[in-house]
Amino acid sequence: MLDFTSEQLERYSRHILLQDVGVEGQEKLLEGKVLIVGAGGLGCPIGLYLAAAGVGTIGIVDCDTVDISNLQRQIAHYTADIGRAKVESAKEKMLAINPGVTVRTYQEYLSAENIRAIIRDYDFVVDGTDNFPTKFLVNDACGMEGIPFSHGGILRFDGQTMTVLPGESACYRCVFREPPPPDAVPTCSQAGVLGAIAGMLGTIQAAEALKFLTGAGSLLTDTLLTFNAKNMDFRKIRLTRQKDCPLCGENPTISELSDNVRPACGLQEKSVRQACDAGH
Amino acid sequence: MSDAIKPDAVKDCRKVGCPMNLVYAKVELAKLQSGQVLEILLDDGAPIGNVPGSVTREGHRIIEQKRLADGAWSLLIEKK
Ligand SMILES: [Zn+2]
Repeated sequence: MLDFTSEQLERYSRHILLQDVGVEGQEKLLEGKVLIVGAGGLGCPIGLYLAAAGVGTIGIVDCDTVDISNLQRQIAHYTADIGRAKVESAKEKMLAINPGVTVRTYQEYLSAENIRAIIRDYDFVVDGTDNFPTKFLVNDACGMEGIPFSHGGILRFDGQTMTVLPGESACYRCVFREPPPPDAVPTCSQAGVLGAIAGMLGTIQAAEALKFLTGAGSLLTDTLLTFNAKNMDFRKIRLTRQKDCPLCGENPTISELSDNVRPACGLQEKSVRQACDAGH
Repeated sequence: MSDAIKPDAVKDCRKVGCPMNLVYAKVELAKLQSGQVLEILLDDGAPIGNVPGSVTREGHRIIEQKRLADGAWSLLIEKK
């Protein structure tokens, strides 16, 4: 058993008091390793809450720099951070909340070449990306490596999330077979997004990561949770693993990762990079 | 009758308020095996009012609760 310092006992007291977390659960958090893909609208609250919770090792991947148009929802980035790498800006705030955790930054774009080596070292992956090709890449790579992950997407007033235990529960491709054509889905910069829903969805994903690490409760597996913040409708859609899923079905056709069509890092056309998951 | 029960661990939580006294109780209980006994010393008032119910709700058993000479309380808890 870990020896908690008295400062740690105070810091994590509200977790330790929970019957379903307790001393053992907090130890699991401190020993846990979570990778956050994206340091944007979802990645910011996810990173802040996981750091606050004492998740021992948190990786965060994002190739972008902070832009003034991010600040309406990307809550870890401040006005003074404009122009800084998002991963560095997020890391600074996470460590300011909790200097006791380790934050590893990856200022690069996740690709078919690098993703498996990066995620392999983590217990759980949280997808907070804003584009379909990366969401499929995360799903496929986590499936191949057997790493549980949380999918999340937001657009306008809508959010959706599901948790995937590869080989056990329905994967993203069981539900959404292929990335939509690049022009089929409006981008965040075109369609807009209500800032606070990034926090609504990101904190749900953070809670899933904490539940996974501690074993508390039951995960959003075989379930797509969607909400519309205009009228605050929340819906749970039951999912089942599909025998003909190209990734986790009986005769999988995906045996190698591909990048599909993906935006390049540093590209000027922000509308391409900021394409959000419409979730439908 | 309390003389018959020898606690496996003792934690003095006098002067420790709620909820940190419960946090310390949970930490000490986590170190014990099922069936072992923790003696925890608690202040009168909210501490002795709250802690027994909280540890009972988590499935542990209160085997004795007695007043000490200084007005504080000794609580014997058997780990579930
Ligand atoms: Zn599948």
